[in-house]
Amino acid sequence: MTQAVIDTTILAVLAPFLAAVLAPFATRLLKHNAAWPLALIPAWIFLHFTGFIGPVSDGETFVASRSWAPSYGINFSFYVDGLSMVFALLISGIGTFIILYAGGYLKGHPQQGRFFSFLFLFMGAMLGLVLGNNLITLFVFWELTSITSFLLIGFGHLRAASRRAAIQALVVTGGGGLALLAGFILIISTTGQIEMSVLLQSPDILRDNPLFVPIFLLILGGAFTKSAQFPFHFWLPNAMEAPTPVSAFLHSATMVKAGVYLLMRVHPLFGGTELWTTVLPIFGGATLLVGTILAVRQTDLKLMLAYTTVASLGLLVMLIGTSYERALEGAVAYLIAHSLFKGALFMVAGTIDHEAGTRDVTKLGGLRGAMPITFAAACLAALSMSGLPPFFGFIAKEVLYYGTWGAPNAAMALTVTAVVGNSLMLVIAAAVALKPFLGPKVETPKHAHEGPILLYAGPVVLSVGGLVMALTTTASGDLFVGPMLSSLAGERTTVDLPLIPAYINAPLILSIITVALGIALYTQIDRLRAAIAGVLTAIGWGPDKGFDQFVAAIVSGSTAFTRVVQNGKMQTYMILTFLATAVAVLAPGYLADAWPAMPRWPDYAFYEWGIFLIAVLGLIAVLIAKTRLTAIVSLGIQGFAVAVIFMLFGAPDLAFTQLMVETLSVVILALVMTRLNLMPRDHRSTGAAITTGAISFAVGLGLTLTLIAITQQPFDRTLSDFFTEYSRSIAHGRNIVNVILVDFRGIDTLGEIAVVTLAGLCVLALIRVRAPSLKRKEPEPVSKPEVKQMEAA
Amino acid sequence: MRTVIFRTIAPYLSALMVLYSIFVLLRGHNEPGGGFIGGLIAASALAIFGIACGVASVRRAMKIHPMSLAGFGLFIGTLSAIPALFQKQAFMTSQWLEFRFFDVDVALSTPLVFDIGVYFVVVGAIGSIALALEERESD
Repeated sequence: MTQAVIDTTILAVLAPFLAAVLAPFATRLLKHNAAWPLALIPAWIFLHFTGFIGPVSDGETFVASRSWAPSYGINFSFYVDGLSMVFALLISGIGTFIILYAGGYLKGHPQQGRFFSFLFLFMGAMLGLVLGNNLITLFVFWELTSITSFLLIGFGHLRAASRRAAIQALVVTGGGGLALLAGFILIISTTGQIEMSVLLQSPDILRDNPLFVPIFLLILGGAFTKSAQFPFHFWLPNAMEAPTPVSAFLHSATMVKAGVYLLMRVHPLFGGTELWTTVLPIFGGATLLVGTILAVRQTDLKLMLAYTTVASLGLLVMLIGTSYERALEGAVAYLIAHSLFKGALFMVAGTIDHEAGTRDVTKLGGLRGAMPITFAAACLAALSMSGLPPFFGFIAKEVLYYGTWGAPNAAMALTVTAVVGNSLMLVIAAAVALKPFLGPKVETPKHAHEGPILLYAGPVVLSVGGLVMALTTTASGDLFVGPMLSSLAGERTTVDLPLIPAYINAPLILSIITVALGIALYTQIDRLRAAIAGVLTAIGWGPDKGFDQFVAAIVSGSTAFTRVVQNGKMQTYMILTFLATAVAVLAPGYLADAWPAMPRWPDYAFYEWGIFLIAVLGLIAVLIAKTRLTAIVSLGIQGFAVAVIFMLFGAPDLAFTQLMVETLSVVILALVMTRLNLMPRDHRSTGAAITTGAISFAVGLGLTLTLIAITQQPFDRTLSDFFTEYSRSIAHGRNIVNVILVDFRGIDTLGEIAVVTLAGLCVLALIRVRAPSLKRKEPEPVSKPEVKQMEAA
Repeated sequence: MRTVIFRTIAPYLSALMVLYSIFVLLRGHNEPGGGFIGGLIAASALAIFGIACGVASVRRAMKIHPMSLAGFGLFIGTLSAIPALFQKQAFMTSQWLEFRFFDVDVALSTPLVFDIGVYFVVVGAIGSIALALEERESD
């Protein structure tokens, strides 16, 4: 392959983002038919990646890279090997049909263009995730999938349930994303490598790392939350609030498989360690059982499928956790099969909902005549999901039973878990594919009939795909499963996938047991459902409820904290602020025992002493003032005296400013004070007066000592000399203060005027907020008894 | 506070203060003064006029909301930093345009524009706070 073709991969990752921009315009122009031209973009991406199938199955890998922030080693680099290629094909291939399906499903929806945009954004994020080679690039796309799935799940944002589901998904997967980032940073800082392809070349690089356990747990945190492993599984079924195209896309081959992808990607680095083979099978197995049991309990088609998705993810994690080659092979085959049949079944569920008006399985029946194409697609997909021949799901199940049966550790437990899980999945597959279509015709809210081609194209192609891949099993094994398994194993591996079992062995017997158990359970599904519902009601608590309690605890905790820190009392704020100031100015002198020397008594002229005296008198007047207004004006006296002092000691600019600031301070303070419902006098108990007095004295003393200490340092004239020398020659100004403000330190001033503007806006807003409540209080003049009450309060 | 004397004199006083504030603003580069002080003087003028004649008449006289003045000031202040970029110099490097106009040396510069921006920000922000506070007095 030429480098140009490889570099086109970067374009392929970015193409969905471009499509996201175009989608709203195309939709405005072509209405729902915009799906046809828009679907060409993922179709082109799919074609681009089919070009890699040949070389990759010969064991080649490719890297396409552009520098992004080279000083940090962060590159926009993408890595194509068996694993990422199969994922990219699934994402773009299924994505093509999802776009078409969305065109039919949301036909006439006023926000259809926006929906296409979100879908494309998500597709781009997902492609970047699976192809990302640079760890930071990978992480950015990882987070982007969380954010875009938030947008998709919350698409029907007018419903509270939809908003809750979106936030829940974002909190869970975003939180896991942070763990992942921490894990990546640990990998980068301990190994010095940032490119995944380089890390994979030395698989032992992390095993001897002293930080192996924290890195492992952090990566696992990212993968488990994303792939909805127990106990983080609750966000996935809730995400069914999203329109069905989203469910079909996110929960078949993309979003929730991202965690599985990550585990597969890092398998050469972590796989086979004791921690890996212990933690993963336990959590995966638990998720498998919990997912299938909860799925049986549901009557909503989409929720049934959602819980089986949780179960399938658990099965995959369990298989990956064994690190046994045949089990890994089963995981790879099952992942491909699952993507195809689950995508198809979700779309079938959506079509039924769209055409019949309900997706409650107890209210559906006899639709086979009205919707024959959908029925056929549902049957093909469900057979694959049930693991029956001649479908790819069957082959996958054979291989994975082979894997669990021969697993080095706990083979029996793994096998039993897999058999129980698979038989329950068969139950769900039958319930989803047969129940709505067979039996007597049930009246549905809408008169059901076959959907348009936009709606059935996806399910048909994907479900037939599961059949074709099984019939061409040798090619499927060589082109997809083999290369993908090689990425997991870290070495070139070939596979042999038999469509027809050559002889009767353990996996075949297990398959027969599974089918028999499944059929037996399906006949008892109503009783089973009631039993599980009873048990769940008896428990009465689940992680979903736990999430609400967690959020409620955060809210009440921060409310309590805010109530302590921000109690709304100005006095508390001021006391704390000045206390902190006092500590800040006094502590350094105390700790370093570096108090300034006693200053020399200055010999000022009599009029200078006079001004000082006026300043002091102003302060005393503040302290003994009878009313607040007098105190404010007295403070002004002190301020003006300080302005005159500035003037006398040669700082006219400062004096000028001080004069204006004092004037405005007095005016504004007086306005504020007269507007507040305050007593004209400031009542304070003796205790409070002593406390505040002591704090004020401490602050004053500290500042004075600091100033004396500063003046006793030798004066550094560097800056003064610089400004004196250059303010005329460079900045053409004689007023050094002004030149510094508007020229030498102009950017500071620019920042300051921005702050002043914002502060002005905020004050304005505050005054407006307070105004109505005051108006309501003010109409009648405050009478004497009310004053007494307020004093009491 | 609305005595007849104060009400009669306040408009003239405010007008003089605004005039003086502009004078202070323009001389700032070489003598004590500048945009910040000028702005404070002008804001005081608005406050005085508001106290004497009511906020409504200030708003009528000003035509535009004082906060818009602050926004305008911030805008031209930022704008004055741009020309340097066209000269391939660092952001905010001062640019000077000096010429003779009727036998008087005139020096126009980006710092002057910037200082005018500071002036407007201070007038606008402080003035609108003062006016808003006075307004509630008249409610």
